[in-house]
This record gives sequence, C-alpha cells and structure tokens, in this order.
Amino acid sequence: MKGTYQLDHLQYLENEAIHVLREVAAEFERPCILFSGGKDSICLLRLAEKAFRPSPIPMPLLNVDTGHHFPELNEFRDRRARELGARLIVRKVEDAIARGIAVPAPGEVSRNRLQIPTLLAAIEEFRFDACVGGARRDEEKSRAKERFFSFRDAFGQWDPRNQRPEVWNLYNTRVNPGEHMRVFPLSNWTELDVWEYIRKEKLEVPRIYFSHRRLCVRRQGQWLAVNEFLPPQPGEEVRELRVRVRTIGDIISTGMIESPADSLDDIIAEVAAARVTERGARADDRTGDAAMEDRKRLGYF
Amino acid sequence: MSTHTRPVEILRFNTCGSVDDGKSTLIGRLLYDSKNLMEDQLEALQRSADLTGGGQVNLANITDGLRAEREQGITIDVAYRYFATPRRRFIVADTPGHVQYTRNMVTGASTANLSVVLVDARQGVTEQTRRHACIAALLGIPHIVFAVNKMDLVEWSERRFLAIRAEIEAFLPKLDAFRDVKFIPISALHGDNVVDPSPRTPWYEGPTLLRHLETVHIASDWNLTALRFPVQWVNRPHRPTDSALHDFRGFSGQLAGGIVRTGQWVLVLPSGWKTTVREIWTPEGIEAEAFCPQSVTLVLEHDLDISRGDMIVSPDQLPGMSQEIQGRVCWMHPKPLIAGRKFLLKHTTQTVQAVVTSLESRLDIATFEAEPGPSELGLNDIGEVRLRTSRPLIYDGYGFNRMTGSFILIEPGTNATVAAGMLRSPSEPARLEYTDFAI
Repeated sequence: MKGTYQLDHLQYLENEAIHVLREVAAEFERPCILFSGGKDSICLLRLAEKAFRPSPIPMPLLNVDTGHHFPELNEFRDRRARELGARLIVRKVEDAIARGIAVPAPGEVSRNRLQIPTLLAAIEEFRFDACVGGARRDEEKSRAKERFFSFRDAFGQWDPRNQRPEVWNLYNTRVNPGEHMRVFPLSNWTELDVWEYIRKEKLEVPRIYFSHRRLCVRRQGQWLAVNEFLPPQPGEEVRELRVRVRTIGDIISTGMIESPADSLDDIIAEVAAARVTERGARADDRTGDAAMEDRKRLGYF
Repeated sequence: MSTHTRPVEILRFNTCGSVDDGKSTLIGRLLYDSKNLMEDQLEALQRSADLTGGGQVNLANITDGLRAEREQGITIDVAYRYFATPRRRFIVADTPGHVQYTRNMVTGASTANLSVVLVDARQGVTEQTRRHACIAALLGIPHIVFAVNKMDLVEWSERRFLAIRAEIEAFLPKLDAFRDVKFIPISALHGDNVVDPSPRTPWYEGPTLLRHLETVHIASDWNLTALRFPVQWVNRPHRPTDSALHDFRGFSGQLAGGIVRTGQWVLVLPSGWKTTVREIWTPEGIEAEAFCPQSVTLVLEHDLDISRGDMIVSPDQLPGMSQEIQGRVCWMHPKPLIAGRKFLLKHTTQTVQAVVTSLESRLDIATFEAEPGPSELGLNDIGEVRLRTSRPLIYDGYGFNRMTGSFILIEPGTNATVAAGMLRSPSEPARLEYTDFAI
C-alpha cells in the first residue's frame, strides 16, 4: 500500500513480530528459538531472518524430539537449519527417559507430557533465559490469555492468574537467574494469517501439509496415520485416503484430514472455509476442556 | 486464485462493561453471527452447557478460557480473540469489568483503536460506565462505542435508549478525548444490531456494531507527523570475510512516529549529532521511505556511536529530553505506591532507574475529579506523579504520541510490572549542547 502509509494485516503482524524478536535479541543473554519444522515455526524463522538481516539469526534453534515425530518433519527441520547456517540443538525424549529426567507412567504411550521435562532439562543445560516459540493465541482457549513475553518460574511453570500486565509494546523482559521467558511473536496471528504469509513469502513447508495418499486408521472419531507406533487393532477400520495434516503433533495423535488441497491456494481456501478449528484434529487437546491449561501450567510450550 | 483482492486492515478493539453487562456474550455473538465460530467450538459449548448450564448454551463460555473463570462465571484476565470479515481482521481484547480489574482494562485498552463500552439498558449509566469511558479517554483511544445492551429487557424503548445516550453525552465533554463516538442499541443475547440489523429497532438508523467496526476510519490513528525512531538493536554482522558487509552498521527498531526517507537529515538524541539516512531496510526489502509502525533498519551516512535507547528524530520537530518528568500512572500492584520509592522505568527501548519524587493527585475515575496530595496510590488507582530518572528520557506527551509518551514501572527484585504510565507533554523541546553536523 505504497503512498497511503497504511499497513495491511500481514504487514502489521510482520512488523509486530519483528519488533518482538529484536527485543529478545537486545534484552536476553541466552535466547533460543523453538523450531519444529511445523508451519508456525517456519514463519517464525522467516521473521527472524528479516528481523536481523544482513546479520545471521543471533540465537540457536532448539527442538525437542519426542521420538514420535513424522519423519518428513525432522528431515525438513534439519535441512532448513542447514540452509540458514543456524545452530540446531535437538534433545530427545528417549534420552531424557534413559537418564531418568522424564519418567513415563505405566502404560503411557504418548510422549506429549514427557516433552515437558525434556524441554526444561534443555533450558537448564544451555542456561537459556528466553525460548521463542510459534504459539498463537487463536489456537486454544487458555492460550488466548497468553502474553507475548510469558514468564516462567524456576520450575518452568506458568501461573495464568498472576501474569505481568502487558501494556503497549513495552515488554517487561526481566527474569532472575533460573527463571526464563517464553516469547510468542506470533501471538496475534491466526491460522489463516500463517498460510497467507507462507504464500506471500513463498516459504517451503513439509509435504505432509499437502494432500497425499496415506494408510490411515480410524480411532476415536479421527483418522490417524498408520505407523510403527500405531499398529491397527483388530476390528479397526483401515483405509488408504487422500489426506493432509492441518496441525502437526506427534504421529500417534495427529488427525489426518481428508483433503484434495495440494497447493497453498487450495489450503488457504480450505482454511478460510473450515468449520472446525485446527486443534480440533488433535487428540491430545481433547482430553478435557482444560487439557491445554493443565499442560501449560507445567511448562508445556 | 487469491482469496482477497484488496488489502485488509486490522482493527484492534476492547470490550468493557460491568460483571453482568454481557461482554463475553457480545463477543460470542459477534463470532457466532459472523460465522467465525467453528463446529468443534460449538460442540465444546454444547458439552459444557449439558454439564453446567442446564442445557442452555452460554456464548460467554467461548471467551472464558481458564477453568477458574468457567467455574466462577467471570472473566479474570485479558483474553484475546480473533475474527475476520471480508473487510477487516479484528483483534479483540476482552477485558474484565470488576472494579478491582482496572489494570486489565488498561492492558487491553493500551493497544486498542476502539473501545466498546457496554451499558445495561435497565441499569443505565453506572459508575462503571463512567470509569470505562474515563480509562478509554486516558489511554487515548480515538474511537468509542457505547453499546446499550439488553434492549430486549426494556421493550426496545427508544426513550430509554435516548435517555442513556443523553446522560453519556452530558459527561463526555469533560473527558475531551474521542475522535468519534457511537451509540448502538443491541441485544447481545438475541443478536439484534450486533451483526444483522434488528427489526425491533425501526427507530434506529445507524449501523450495526459489526458494520461500524468494519468501516470506522482508522488510517490516521498512528502518528505520522514527527519522526521518532527509538534504536532497539544495533545490527553489525561481524563478517570479516564478506566485504559487502564488513563495515555494515545498521540501527534496527520500530518507527514510533512519522515517516523516514532516504537522504533526509536526522538528529540523534541524546548526543545531538546530525546526519542523513543512507538506506532503509524494511521487511519487504530496501525502500526509499518507511513509516510508523514499521520495523526497519536504518543505515546512516556517518559512522556514529549510537546504541539501544538512543532516538533518531527529525531536527525540526524535537521531542522533550529531561530527567524530571510528570505523568499519569495506573498502579497495578497490591503493594501501594508512596513517594520516594525507586523503580526501573522502561520507556521506548530504554530502561533507566527512576524515583517517584511526589504524588501530585489521585483521579476519581467516576467523577473525573483530581484529589490533590494523596499519601499513596493503591491497586487500580490512577494518579498524577513526578519522577526523576537516572538518565534523560527522550519523549513526547502521550496525547501526541502513544508510543513515545508511555512507560512502565518495574519493581526491582520481583521484576513485577507495577505501573503503566502516560507522560505529560514536555515543557520545552530537547535543548542540545551542540547541534554540529557529524564528523
């Protein structure tokens, strides 16, 4: 919108996110960016490139590998970090279990809860004082009350009833030793904004976001990808479908949606017309009305 | 194929009202009627209606996200909601209306273009209505809407609506703040005049709430008159092998006011050096100009020692520069403010030490009267204070520029954000020891 001195919605969100990223670089000693290879963190990385260019991104990338990631995602993650010349730190839930940092409950298959101690151990190991993540407020109800700079105490806990007021764009970034901050530059972005930005910036995303044929098993009202961790049980319906993912969690809990969308334009049209939220397709968020709030209090990202 | 052809702007608004005025219901209604609610959200609502609501779907449950809120039926913290129409994107700050939650309202209002103040048609103007209008005025929100809600409970009476409107119009001049004011008769519960015009208010000829939100003119809400560029981060690539970048030194930050153009003379404060702008790196590449609120990196003609907290300004419109400042604060902490207390003060990109030298007055936000010489300011009090800072602030009055006129106070040790502050206009523009050209 040259000549009118007005920003459209994507430009507004981009400028806001860049401001937040630069505030992190300027005010923290040891920040990192949480990078999973998912669509939100892909946008985050692009924004970080823009915030600091022509300098390289002045912080390492961190990923907690649950061991249940889609292989396509890890491949993409590693390649993207290499292209950027960024330092990528991966910490595995598997190793955290072996070292007794994360302890699975008897019969616990999901790695969702076990990511938390793994992440907190990585924060301690590298003495990170800020972790920048791609979470958005529109994802989930308890995230709607999240700050751009979200304080975590020495146990990594979030206290939703005692958050620092966040006024204007004046962010209180101060933490004491052992405490840290989670920072969410995409707080004000919606799912549609993310896809529109990916299209505008011509960003590459993992293929599993686009329609492909895959063997799926019907479980608890959704289609899950058949894989080594998730063998179909006798009597379960298994079909090969044209599917894509809308949001990526672990391979054992990410619902595949039937979709012919195989281009960014198709995805944007599909998201714009969608009648269920993105996280409606994730079994981990459906355990209870307050499922996310409970996990966030404990240090989830 | 593109889903839109024309640029879509973002409008940020907050909703405020007393506990039972129906704020959350209104937001639920806006989302529901503009088809921004999803099936799984509706299902979750239905589930909680069956569990706790005796089968009645409660639109307020869409926004009340924390468990304690659903249990107590109240909104505790500022919740942000997003919805879109083909014309605009909306960011809604749902701010609680209890007396003790002024700090949340200030939080939600600080970034808003527009405030929606809910008034219960049965109760009429209450002390809370005046408080909400007062806070919106103090925070410099340009646009305000009084949504007179629960019109269904007063038989859609035009007389009732006009009486409420007259009462509000009687006190608005005292606030002397808003660029435009709208009054809209609605029923959030039933949806009248929220998204669709109501057949029950034939006497009302104005827009529905959503229509107004979609069309109110917000392009001039940013200050584009005086260049203000607080330096946020110094960009030095440190790449000795890359000859193009070897000497690169840029100053990154978000334009807090005005327009910057390549070739233009600028002044660096507090040093007073003058130089010209050589390059402007915007998120979209190198451009000849950039404007507030863009995040950019400036390359200057001369190699100057500039660091975070300095401000680049236009030489013909200088901000104030002083260690003695005065402003209004909203006190946000249970431990009261008394004169003599020391804090960290964050203003633009600079954090300095500050001592509160005196409490000038406390504002009664229901009567708009200032009570002089209070002994302390308690949680949710708004008052006028004087401060002395360890280094000069480079600032404007809040009424002139929200970004260079605002600050926060942080308590050392706990690091709690204890106050949001709005500065009085400086008594004089920055006086410079020397204004030599650089080199």
